[in-house]
Amino acid sequence: MSRDFYIFSNGRLKRKDNTIYFIDCLENKRTLPVEQINCIHLFGEIDLNSKLINYLSQYGIMLSFYNYYGYYSGTYYPRKKNVSGFTVVNQANHYNDYEKRLYIAKSFVDSAVHHILKNMRRHKEGIEDLIERIQAERKNIEKVQRIDELMGIEGRIRKSYYKSFNKILKSDFGIEKRKKRPPTDPVNAMISFGNSLMYTTVLSEIYKTQLDPTISFLHEPSVKRFSLGLDISEIFKPLVVDTIIFSLVNNRVITFDDFDIDEGICYLNEKGRKKFISEYERKLGTTIKHRKLKRKVSYRMFIRLECYKLIKHFIGDEEYKPLKAWW
Amino acid sequence: MEFDLNNFKVQGVKVNYYYICKRKLWLYSKGITMEQNSDRVMIGKLIHENSYKRLKKKEVLIDDMLKIDILDNDYVREVKISSKMTKADKMQLIYYLYYLDSLGIKKKGLINYVKEKRQEEIELTDEYKREIEKALIDIKEISQKRKPPELVKLPYCTKCAYYEFCFAKEEV
Ligand code: SF4
Repeated sequence: MSRDFYIFSNGRLKRKDNTIYFIDCLENKRTLPVEQINCIHLFGEIDLNSKLINYLSQYGIMLSFYNYYGYYSGTYYPRKKNVSGFTVVNQANHYNDYEKRLYIAKSFVDSAVHHILKNMRRHKEGIEDLIERIQAERKNIEKVQRIDELMGIEGRIRKSYYKSFNKILKSDFGIEKRKKRPPTDPVNAMISFGNSLMYTTVLSEIYKTQLDPTISFLHEPSVKRFSLGLDISEIFKPLVVDTIIFSLVNNRVITFDDFDIDEGICYLNEKGRKKFISEYERKLGTTIKHRKLKRKVSYRMFIRLECYKLIKHFIGDEEYKPLKAWW
Repeated sequence: MEFDLNNFKVQGVKVNYYYICKRKLWLYSKGITMEQNSDRVMIGKLIHENSYKRLKKKEVLIDDMLKIDILDNDYVREVKISSKMTKADKMQLIYYLYYLDSLGIKKKGLINYVKEKRQEEIELTDEYKREIEKALIDIKEISQKRKPPELVKLPYCTKCAYYEFCFAKEEV
């Protein structure tokens, strides 16, 4: 089983023989066993060289970089080993045919809304009106004929959803409105942080399949991002990230001490990031008995299964039905 | 009409998959592979490496297509973990013998079942020749299909590397 490694301190990442070492600024050495690495997340200021990158590529290991505030800056995505021209051509066909593209985009949004409502129903006192509003809005998803209208619906749903955070979160934490760049309050800071973790997790699962991360359906394929990662993340953000935020706040695991504010930018400090990540990793490892596979499946594996279902859809095997968590 | 092997030759693993599951063969032939993620395949590789240590082995790559271990002048050898997939393993080996035969090289086959510490000898008969030719024609036809053969649950699905792929679906 491979896992993600997180490096918070400054230092140097290097390869010596068949091992990867992290040496921090105090010359402490930590060994990372190469066969067990899925992805390395670098939060500190890290030196590395091409010899290391080449080595990581051989093993298909991704590197994700975050800036000083812990906000995502980019991923080194090694050359893919699982390549299927047949799959990519068909994936592209589903983008080019607007009807087909719309079907997939709607599936992503509908699944996201399913998970949003699930979160809200679990904390329903005082937000019944918002739940109703979202349910009404959800009905329009089916009828919509254009991606931008679909995006509009999604935007309105998210607005109601984030409004409900003020009732769901049982403490002084609150959110005025979703602010992405830059987050200005702790809740926004956690959403941004969690969403970028989710994006990199989805990318690393896409990497293990034949899907092309650049061909997306809800988000416009972009030159800056592997936008299929953004698409699939929509499904899992409410299911994973938001439930972590609720539990960290409501169980008073995370407090105002875990955040810093710098020139108006609010961000999780090192202590806060560690708390968030440990909860995130725990959640991804949690298993649910799958109804069709008749096997226990982790949240991380559910992401991979979503990729498999998309491939099957593209190759004309089986129509894509997005995950709608039943538990 | 003479069978034209050049027109139909494939990697040995496809012959193997043909006898296990046509869907698996199709997916594999389209580059949709799962092997990297499968522990069982890793175990197979390890056993392969270890069990050959004592033997003098000569790995031959033929036509960039077949990787064959020829151990001595008479035998082509295959190592398998268990005897579960007998038919598929056997036909893969027979395909190697057939291929070599078409190049004018006459060999016999030997399958080593590591767990059971058992060996099996195989000879290329005319009957086998005809069976392989038929399989190769089928394999070509299946690989060229635009869609994968429909999913039918087989007894060994749960042990197959494609299990999660094939059975990932939603209840509706
Ligand atoms: S899981 Fe079953 S149907 Fe799917 S490829 Fe494997 S053997 Fe064939």
